[in-house]
Amino acid sequence: MLFSSLENRRDVCCVLCGAAGLGIQTVEDMLAGIIADEGFCVFGSREYMSRVRGGNNSTELRIASEPVDALIDRIDILVALSQKVRRNIMERISADTVIFGDREELKGELEDLGASFVNIPLSSMAKETGGKIYSNSIAAGVLLGVLGLGTKGAEEFYRKRFAGKNDVVTRNIGAVTKGYELGLSIAGEGGVLQGRPRNSGRRKTILNGSDAVSLGAMAAGCNFVTAYPMSPATGVLSFFAKHAEKVGAVVEQVEDELAAMNMAVGAAYAGARPLVTTSGGGFALMAEGLSLAGVMETPVVVHLSQRPGPATGMATRTEQADLELALYSGHGEFPRALYAPGTMESAFRLAQEAFEIALKYQTPAIVLTDQYFMNAFYNLDADGLSWLDEPPPIPETAAEYRRYEDTPDGYSPFGVPGWGKGVVGADSHEHDEVGHVYEDFDLRTRMQDKRMRKLAGMTARALPPMLVGPESFSNLVVCWGSTIPIVREALQRLGRNDTALLAFEQVWPLAPSVGDLLRKATFTAVVEGNSTGQFAGLLRKTFGVAADRRVLKYNGLQFSVEEVADRLGEILPGKGGSR
Amino acid sequence: MMDFTAFDLPGIDLSWCPGCGDIKILDSIKKALVELGLGPLDVVMVSGIGQAAKTPHYMKAHFFNGLHGRALPNATAIKAANPALEVIALGGDGDMYGEGGNHFTHTIRRNPGITNLVFNNMVYGLTKGQASPTSPIGFRTSVQVDGVHAQPFNPLAAALAQGATFVARAFAGNGDQTKEIIKRAVRHKGYALVDIFQPCVSFNSVNTYKWFMDNTYTLEGHDEDDFGKAMELALLQEGPFPLGVLYRKEGVPVFEETLAAYRKDDRPLFRREAPRKAVKELLASPAI
Repeated sequence: MLFSSLENRRDVCCVLCGAAGLGIQTVEDMLAGIIADEGFCVFGSREYMSRVRGGNNSTELRIASEPVDALIDRIDILVALSQKVRRNIMERISADTVIFGDREELKGELEDLGASFVNIPLSSMAKETGGKIYSNSIAAGVLLGVLGLGTKGAEEFYRKRFAGKNDVVTRNIGAVTKGYELGLSIAGEGGVLQGRPRNSGRRKTILNGSDAVSLGAMAAGCNFVTAYPMSPATGVLSFFAKHAEKVGAVVEQVEDELAAMNMAVGAAYAGARPLVTTSGGGFALMAEGLSLAGVMETPVVVHLSQRPGPATGMATRTEQADLELALYSGHGEFPRALYAPGTMESAFRLAQEAFEIALKYQTPAIVLTDQYFMNAFYNLDADGLSWLDEPPPIPETAAEYRRYEDTPDGYSPFGVPGWGKGVVGADSHEHDEVGHVYEDFDLRTRMQDKRMRKLAGMTARALPPMLVGPESFSNLVVCWGSTIPIVREALQRLGRNDTALLAFEQVWPLAPSVGDLLRKATFTAVVEGNSTGQFAGLLRKTFGVAADRRVLKYNGLQFSVEEVADRLGEILPGKGGSR
Repeated sequence: MMDFTAFDLPGIDLSWCPGCGDIKILDSIKKALVELGLGPLDVVMVSGIGQAAKTPHYMKAHFFNGLHGRALPNATAIKAANPALEVIALGGDGDMYGEGGNHFTHTIRRNPGITNLVFNNMVYGLTKGQASPTSPIGFRTSVQVDGVHAQPFNPLAAALAQGATFVARAFAGNGDQTKEIIKRAVRHKGYALVDIFQPCVSFNSVNTYKWFMDNTYTLEGHDEDDFGKAMELALLQEGPFPLGVLYRKEGVPVFEETLAAYRKDDRPLFRREAPRKAVKELLASPAI
């Protein structure tokens, strides 16, 4: 049997790879929508080269009855559209992988690999359909046939996407149908998903990282977005731009990141709820403006989507190496909050949290994502998303209003120009309570103390990390941000009854309770996507507890579940048994 | 009877040198705003860093005194967040044309409804006398020890070339004329540049009050709609340099009025609640 290895798998993992410009993303969008509509759970992840055409990119689609949210290495079904398949895919082909490819196009590549190579004559079929550009639709059809999902969803998709272009719609539907018939003939009636339970149909909303961060920000009333386009952060800018009228947000692509950040600070001063979205290189330029937000005490939220550096690094790849940049960026000292969502649901909530903290404490908050997270997606139940309370309206100022009124908590009553009887001042210099510049050493100390006092409140309400696994742990595996679902699944796979996961989605300030948890473990391993163990270092600095081992990855790709399980399996002490 | 003290801030300690052109410009600004019927709560004075950028601390009005070179992005954003505010971005030649050069170009492209006053003394005063982007060739300083080699930046020609919709030049020594030009700049719908010649009595011994008086003249009978003539005047390499409004154009789209955020809602951003219904619709829509 061609697909016999799938029988005992909880999910089916399909990978499509091919050159940029072939429309793999369209196939991915379409398949994901159909899979979700059919009552399955789908997780998608995309890796791509920094080029508009050519190269060889890939998309992974995990399909299951129960939710899936992590990247795996295993490929059950590989569809290769172009030759020169890259090593990161080749290495993942196992003896169980069924490979679909066009012999003519691949010129012998992949033929001897995997469980079997199935020739699908994409080129000639596409020619019959109307041109090479339809080969992606044929491939999509083959997969729909193999999975047994029908062609109705595809028809709807094309009618919507190419509305008004009847020719294009007809040809695409023709291509999908051709592919579908071929796929069915290969997998047999019903397809490989036959017999798998379908979910109740509540998981209808497909969100990727860009959508989740954007929608969370919108839910918090974000109404001012400025950015200079930079991968992998641009998705948030375009999402806001697309819906600017609907959500009432000012959205502007600006000349540079200096302008993006300085506009955000100006807008915050005037009472807007601003967001800037960027990556490490852009954030480096924002450092100056971040300090401005710090001293002016203006609420600004930054979405910092990480990719490998230094400098331009690998523009379309992933890394978790900007934690220290986010934490220490800016001159002088001022409080800030850092969040790093691991799931789409968290991203929706944490974007709101970032605004809540930024608005309350009048200081910057930063949401750290990365390329992997921005492009990963899955279907979820939108009714289950968390909504924080709406930020309170801004009160009118009194005539004697003082913008920087010294208060026990460090944050002052927030007023804006044009609303009330008071004059509202803001200054980048050290200033008095009204905002005017005075070079007075006592004033400097008083104002610096006032600003830093906010950190106590921010620490007290810092989100504690999630502890997953046995409370009686002796081994503790620590991770943060986008690796959380991956490490969680890896630990499930290891099934150790002596090992728990401590997963951080707020990475500064750190909840005070963390110290006790770290000290309780006899062995601690920190898993993170950088070469120096930045978060392990932060834990040591904050709580005086050093990690016993660091599991690091920094080649530009995200960890896979298998990789984390293997590497942890090698270093975790004790036997731990099966849970 | 107008209250000419409306923008006065009592008890201030001016850090400008005696005789500084900035003192005269401050006076012209305050008078212009009073004569326009504006009060301290209507106006936001936005500045960066430099001697000129201290101006907001010497008058009573909302103020945002930010970073070197960044006043224009700050001001554009303040105007976009609340278009009802009268926003004036001001600073020196180093601040606006040097550190903020890129913002200068792109602010003009956007055409926000702000007024940009540049106190142009052709020298860096705050850092004690280095050349600025507008210093003339040959100008000797402690850094440009052989004299300036680079071509001076031409703000008026650059602004015109970039499509600025209001371009004017004033001279600090002509207080009333400067006041009138500022009034017109504030009333202008869109971005308005007023480059104000201003003598630095401490660090520029070339461009003195006398030099400016000898090398400027007031435009009379000039057609402000004539772009070609305006450019010709702006490109003058040697004096006498014209004072007045070189060019103005009405009807060009204004940044904040083009924003989708105000298409269905004219409230300033701070008055808006979170668009929860819209977010729920987006979450429910299958084609996000």
